[in-house]
Amino acid sequence: MINTTIPYAIELRDISKRFGTVQANKDICLQVPKGSIHGIIGENGAGKSTLMSIIYGFYAADTGHIEVDGEIVDIRTSQDAINAGIGMVHQHFMLVENFTVLENVMLGAEGGALLRKGVSKARAELKRLASQYSLEIDVDAVVEELPVGLQQRVEILKALYRGARILILDEPTGVLTPQEADHLFRILHSLKEKGVTVLLITHKLREILASTDNVSVMRQGEMVAHRETSKTNKEELAELMVGKKVRLTVNKEEAKPGKVVLSAKHLSQLDSQGVKRLKDVSLELRAGEILGVAGVSGNGQSELLNVLSGITVMSEGEIHFAGEVISASAPKNAAQMRDMGMAHVPEDRHKMGLVTGFEAYESAILGYHNSPVYNGKFLMNRKVMLDECSERMAAWDVRPPNPYLKTANFSGGNQQKIVIAREVEQNPDVLLIGQPTRGVDIGAIENIHEQIVSLRDAGKAILLVSVELDEIMALSDRILVMFDGAVVGELEAKDANERVLGLMMANSYSDDPQGEPA
Amino acid sequence: MNQAKVPVWVNIALIPLLNITLAFVISGLVIYAIGQNPIEAAGYMIYGAFGYSEGVGYTLYYATNFIFTGLAVCVAFKAGLFNIGGEGQAYIGGLGVGLVCLALDHSMPFIVIAPLAIIGAAVFGAAWAYVPAYLQARRGSHIVITTIMFNFIASSLMVYLMVNWLKGTQNMSLNSRTFEQNAWMPYLHTLLTPLGIDIGDSPVNLSFFWALLCCFGVWLLIWHTRWGYQLRTLGTNPTAAKYAGIDTAKVTIWVMLVSGALAGFVGLNEIMGVNHSLLLNFAAGYGFTGIAVALMGRNHPVGIFLAAILFGALYQGGAEVSFDMPQITPDIVVVVQGLVILFSGALEHMFKDRIEGFFIRRAAAAQEK
Repeated sequence: MINTTIPYAIELRDISKRFGTVQANKDICLQVPKGSIHGIIGENGAGKSTLMSIIYGFYAADTGHIEVDGEIVDIRTSQDAINAGIGMVHQHFMLVENFTVLENVMLGAEGGALLRKGVSKARAELKRLASQYSLEIDVDAVVEELPVGLQQRVEILKALYRGARILILDEPTGVLTPQEADHLFRILHSLKEKGVTVLLITHKLREILASTDNVSVMRQGEMVAHRETSKTNKEELAELMVGKKVRLTVNKEEAKPGKVVLSAKHLSQLDSQGVKRLKDVSLELRAGEILGVAGVSGNGQSELLNVLSGITVMSEGEIHFAGEVISASAPKNAAQMRDMGMAHVPEDRHKMGLVTGFEAYESAILGYHNSPVYNGKFLMNRKVMLDECSERMAAWDVRPPNPYLKTANFSGGNQQKIVIAREVEQNPDVLLIGQPTRGVDIGAIENIHEQIVSLRDAGKAILLVSVELDEIMALSDRILVMFDGAVVGELEAKDANERVLGLMMANSYSDDPQGEPA
Repeated sequence: MNQAKVPVWVNIALIPLLNITLAFVISGLVIYAIGQNPIEAAGYMIYGAFGYSEGVGYTLYYATNFIFTGLAVCVAFKAGLFNIGGEGQAYIGGLGVGLVCLALDHSMPFIVIAPLAIIGAAVFGAAWAYVPAYLQARRGSHIVITTIMFNFIASSLMVYLMVNWLKGTQNMSLNSRTFEQNAWMPYLHTLLTPLGIDIGDSPVNLSFFWALLCCFGVWLLIWHTRWGYQLRTLGTNPTAAKYAGIDTAKVTIWVMLVSGALAGFVGLNEIMGVNHSLLLNFAAGYGFTGIAVALMGRNHPVGIFLAAILFGALYQGGAEVSFDMPQITPDIVVVVQGLVILFSGALEHMFKDRIEGFFIRRAAAAQEK
């Protein structure tokens, strides 16, 4: 594989970076041949993002250097990276939503104090790029009116407009439907054929196998393996990522659904701008089943969880739960819903599920802090809180099992265990779970999935919201698909497959088997 | 991946100390620039604040006010609210104390007046904080703006009340009549001299002990009650507070009531302890300095106590300097105080990252060995 005559598009030599005591990158070496698609895979916290930030000039490496086309480049700012021909497409788009495509592409490269000259130049250049790489787009469209897939195309055009020959994409499919993701990979392939080098960062094994030429695996800040994609497989890559064998499927028995414990009728919700985020959603949740809610992120799933758990009040509709009817005129807040037997593992544990500045034992009672168990007459009973936290940490294998440690200092998986333990140990009738394994190590995912299934088997009603289709399909007994705030499809888990769900998620499914999207 | 920790003393002692030192160095340069000897001035300042018994008493008297206003800022800050209205709340709190004393000093003994005066200070101070709190919680008006505005309203209101209602009949100045002795907060020197402790003829009075008690109470409240749990949750993560079912509007209002009550206690020290009558402008900037005290004390009652002593010493020592070195006018003393506030408050983070980085690297190196 080593060929000294043709220089690599980009080569990293012994890159190390340390944040405090955390060695984020250690002696990273990477060689990416020109005109290839190179995948970099690793768990959250493996150091992928740090490495990319070093290449793109957000951080300076402590040691080591970067070569582009065989020459050492000194990248200190993102401008240096752009000058070296490196472009980046961030996971969260860096676009000005109410600007047009053209204005977004020109931003930072206006070419003078007056726009006129730059505009005509940019228009011509964009036209050329669009035809060269088959990235057609209406340059005068306002970005916020474009679908997500096209917004991503704007990001790619932005990088190419600045002369990028090396394109870095950070978790590019997180916001895409499977079909949109396929389209992206077709674009990447055509870029590759035109000589562009692509670095694809992801934690999704499927994408790596489907679209890359080579793959490098990172684990705990180190590059642990380089493989030709055609000579490896899912199991090997997963094992390399985690460092041990992992099971990628969930064992579960047939569900035995009982009576309906919660039913929502025609729920709608307006946000503060008056935009309808939830549109006439009805659902029934039975004891002993897992109801999965699939959908591309931002299609009303978060609003559904918030309304069901009492965090926000619905604008219209009712929830029937625990013998009560909850509506806009008779709302219940989150604390009251908890008292009625509802537990909620929120989608975003940092923003919502935990107080990261608190010590673990304090985060471990969030939402239940008024319970008489934790309170004396005036003061809180710290001993009870600490003892209970220690017990739960032992039972749920939270590491390190230190109730005094600041919540922020636990890894994602352990933080999630603290949240799940807190909610489950209350023995609720209904459990809402949002993105149970987001940012959780593969090793811990298995454990969390098993817990969810065993709760179902214990007769709990579980509503599972996830943007990971694999997770939805592995765990759910019944699946709802949401699009633009509404439920657009419902099917039994056994009838679900990626294609059907993907089409539903894009709201372009019809029962006609030939019904491909236009 | 172990997270290296910065030793606790770095944050609570080293960094504040460094900030103060720098403030004093620059103050020294200012004093040198106007042709005076900064070492000599520092000598007078330290002597004035701590060198003789009456000086110590004055330092503690000023510190009492700073503890109250520092705690007021701290409680609100822990809930994520920036209460800049300590000045007005202290002023109106004093009105509450004064009204209680004027109403009861002819008929009631001290033992009855004292608790009622405390309640009066708390209720009036809290009431003055209630309106901004309500507007923030229910109407979304920003509390920084409203509390500042309420300082001005308090000032005008007091002038109106003094001129039209409360001015004494025997005097020309804008004071109320002097309270009877049974409505005076006892001076510490009257209590301590028989015990052989000498603090001179200084104005420090029993309110100082009430301030210490408030320090303890605030500590309990914030870290050991469920109410404190809720306010800290609100202060660090408002979204998590909603998730937990905490009524954020209610907590916001209660926090501001407590904050206003604490600021109102300044009235105990000033009106009941020292002036023994209602008068104008007794709050004299204590409310604003409380912000610096809270910042410097890292929003912890122990830190606030220490910072209050420091600012008390600055006030008292500063007065001494301008007395002994007439070329150093009170204005220069204000400059010195301003520099301390600037460095300990506004520039709090100037060294923080670098110093913490140094200790993190050191701890990391030690771990690897």
